[in-house]
Amino acid sequence: MMERTAAKRVARVYYPDNPKLNRMMKRGVKNNRKVNRSAAGNGLLFALMGICGIFMVLPLVMIVNNALKPLDEIFQFPPKIFVRNPTLENFADLFILINNSWVPFTRYILNTLIITGGGVLGHVILASLAAYPLAKLTFPGKKPLFRLVVLSLMFSWTVTQIPNYLIISWLRINNTHLALILPACSYGMGLYLMKQFMEQMPNSLMESARLDGATEMRIFWSIIMPNVKPAWLTLAIFQFQSLWGNTGNMFLRDEQIKPLQFAMQQIAAGGAARAGASAAVAFIIAAIPITFFLLAQSKILETMTTSGMKE
Amino acid sequence: MTKTILTPNNETLLTRIRKSRAAYFMLAPYFILFTLFTILPVLMAMGVSLTYFDALSLPRFIGWSNYLKLFLEDDLFMKALQNTLVLALVTGPLSYLLCLLFAWIINEFKGWTRALLTLVFYAPSICGQAYLIWNIILTGDRYGFLNGLLMNLGVIQEAILWMQTEKYVLPMLIVVQMWLSLGTGFLAFIAGLQTIDKALYEAAAIDGVKNRWQELWFVTLPAMRPQLMFGAVMQITQSFAIADVSLQLAGNPSVNYAGSTVVTHLLDYGGIRFEMGYASAIATILFLIMIGSNKLVQRLLRGVGE
Repeated sequence: MMERTAAKRVARVYYPDNPKLNRMMKRGVKNNRKVNRSAAGNGLLFALMGICGIFMVLPLVMIVNNALKPLDEIFQFPPKIFVRNPTLENFADLFILINNSWVPFTRYILNTLIITGGGVLGHVILASLAAYPLAKLTFPGKKPLFRLVVLSLMFSWTVTQIPNYLIISWLRINNTHLALILPACSYGMGLYLMKQFMEQMPNSLMESARLDGATEMRIFWSIIMPNVKPAWLTLAIFQFQSLWGNTGNMFLRDEQIKPLQFAMQQIAAGGAARAGASAAVAFIIAAIPITFFLLAQSKILETMTTSGMKE
Repeated sequence: MTKTILTPNNETLLTRIRKSRAAYFMLAPYFILFTLFTILPVLMAMGVSLTYFDALSLPRFIGWSNYLKLFLEDDLFMKALQNTLVLALVTGPLSYLLCLLFAWIINEFKGWTRALLTLVFYAPSICGQAYLIWNIILTGDRYGFLNGLLMNLGVIQEAILWMQTEKYVLPMLIVVQMWLSLGTGFLAFIAGLQTIDKALYEAAAIDGVKNRWQELWFVTLPAMRPQLMFGAVMQITQSFAIADVSLQLAGNPSVNYAGSTVVTHLLDYGGIRFEMGYASAIATILFLIMIGSNKLVQRLLRGVGE
């Protein structure tokens, strides 16, 4: 609303010495468009975007089509991207494989639910709890602590995986779900995003509660948390994405505690004999995180507006 | 800005710490885990890198030997380092610029087209193992999609063994990595562009900004500098850590080590040969490279629009 009235105000000004600018402004307001856009520029950029968009989307399209192809089409020469006679056979094959697996498939699903559920819940709660004082309170050591978190974004977990393995063995949580859940709770990214998002909330919200004698814990739980829903939804989705792709190969030895991702990878590794089922697996692996993102896209983008690094 | 608890300067540090009990109480659970799984491992890697350690007997201090061996004797490490630098120097800046470019173009759209375009570019980075589809695309016989396409077009006469031919491995890994690389930084750019005040653009037009390129340089980029810094961190860290793509597509070991990276080398020594000291030396070097390049780029970006 505000933006539109501002644009109108600008447009009403007549620039006798610069008719081009005047025309541009009027056109911009009439079509509710941005100023300074040319058709040639649009054409060039949208064409570039189209080409790159095809490159990005083609492998995904292939995943969908392969999942729907009957076997003879999968092995067809020359290979075709699009399916001719779509069928759900591959999913049926997958279902049969699943039912014959040594560990009941529901067990894999349960394991995945425990790992992603525990990791997501633990991370959202612990990271929010720590983000509140970093964003809104003052205490000695605040800056160095946050700097450590930012520093942790600058290297990846690959650097620390060997000591991590040793630490998890020492804690005797090797070969349990905790080996995946506990490290996931302390990822730096979630705390960083949550702190940045909380920082932009008005202080007045907390002041009045403080005057009423509410404890910091109470303020956090009943005032801050309900107001940062977009951020915790974002944390949950990001965390889910990173845990979803984890096969747990490094820490989980017993078949009964391995996640769905591991079982599906085994099926996909079955080679030509299982080409159909593995195409269905590829589809499921890709479809689930995409669906979650799709449902939460606007909230995630809202959270990301505060993701910038000020220093 | 965030000073909500008034702390007069004459209070001693101890009183201030005591007064902030609530804050420390809330920080504790997260930071205990953070210390255990992030800070401690980094320090441990640095410490262990100075020892011989096979994870069974106690580590034995051997000074700088691991590092000397890495740089003076280990030709495969040099190859891996070189590959990693090539991958990072190509995919890092390129993916960063593409993130920015696509976010900038997507910002011209509204409503569902905008949401769809965002999804199309972002989706590959969140699909986990979905990049294995490239195995089918790059299959070395004529059933491979790329070979099929190129043979149909008459560009090549015979199928190319993409992942088994030394000169194609690295370029193909770059292509796949690019496909995977529009991640969190890309979302941050889209979100950042959304928040720039439109009045800024109108004011700029009045001040004589003539086209969208000038607008980008003089208005947009300076206004989204915080996002630019965040995005840089994401892209840099990711581009130095390339490993899974290489292991899954080029194999381990890849043909003539054409696809080996610092991380695959690390996994080789740490996960297979159990030479933890040596692997930790590799990890420490990777850590220093990542932090160093991040700090350097942060310094460069601080100058945008100033």
